[in-house]
Amino acid sequence: MTKLLQWLFGVSALVAVWALLTFDLLDLSLPQTYREVAWPMPVYLLVSFGCYSLAIVGYRVATFNDCEEAAEELRQQIKEAKEDLRKKGLKM
Amino acid sequence: MASPSTPGRFDKYTVLLPTYNERENLPLIVWLLVKYFGESGYNYEIIVIDDGSPDGTLEMAEQLQRIYGEDKIVLRPRPTKLGLGTAYIHGIKHATGNFIFIMDADLSHHPKFIPEFIKKQKEGDYDLVSGTRYRGNGGVYGWDLRRKLISRGANFLTQVLLRPNASDLTGSFRLYKKKVLESLIERCVSKGYVFQMEIIIRARQLKYTIGEVPISFVDRVYGESKLGGTEIVSFAKGLLILFATT
Repeated sequence: MTKLLQWLFGVSALVAVWALLTFDLLDLSLPQTYREVAWPMPVYLLVSFGCYSLAIVGYRVATFNDCEEAAEELRQQIKEAKEDLRKKGLKM
Repeated sequence: MASPSTPGRFDKYTVLLPTYNERENLPLIVWLLVKYFGESGYNYEIIVIDDGSPDGTLEMAEQLQRIYGEDKIVLRPRPTKLGLGTAYIHGIKHATGNFIFIMDADLSHHPKFIPEFIKKQKEGDYDLVSGTRYRGNGGVYGWDLRRKLISRGANFLTQVLLRPNASDLTGSFRLYKKKVLESLIERCVSKGYVFQMEIIIRARQLKYTIGEVPISFVDRVYGESKLGGTEIVSFAKGLLILFATT
């Protein structure tokens, strides 16, 4: 099953449960509170997921390592390499 | 569970270096590879796959061959720019190693990580070891806030949609068992960034084991790095295609 199909399957299942609860599709005569809680759930979940995503990406950007020493080390090694290669006869 | 082992006398590491207009960087990357492989004592070869570079990259490679020997520097040039996937296929055909390193020739990937890749591979007998910029003390030099935001955002989206269980999908500093790379390349259809992503996804499908090593990525040690709109769009397209077809 492709990821797309997995998502469609999962989303359909959630929508089915939500519709069942919100619109009382099976005539289960559920207490009013179930319907009141279920009805705004899709929006709540989307907004929560949006906030979660922003928080995660924000955190990861803030803690993204800046490799200053790696760049410095590389510059040093480039000098060393050019010198050594010149000695070995490389024409650059 | 595979037991750890040290590289045997028969292990040989082939480094595939596809090049296009890398006349200045090629001698430097080769010097670094020779240095770190030499210090480590592992058996290796470097295959330079030049796609008809107009700047004389091939002549530079020939000079390096005279300095370091034809057994260490192998040249397998092609007449024109033909793309990364086919460059790997072409290189693998001539590889005498049982392990293959893939890396960039522009000094953004540092050979000092090679012993760490090898050690990691032996630890778990991994089919594939991927260099990651996003975990441990991996990181990047030369990226501004916008670039970091795009990178992390795209990676997050990829994780949510594809759930690949690997932290860095667009990275191209990797170590593969030769047979594993061969079987993965023949199944891949995408290009560019997405090709590297597709390899990981296919590896998961085929139940190959993947290890990770944090690496530092030095983007353009001199000058600025740019990421344009077209690359972002083609990444998004590629991601959606992988989402819908794998």
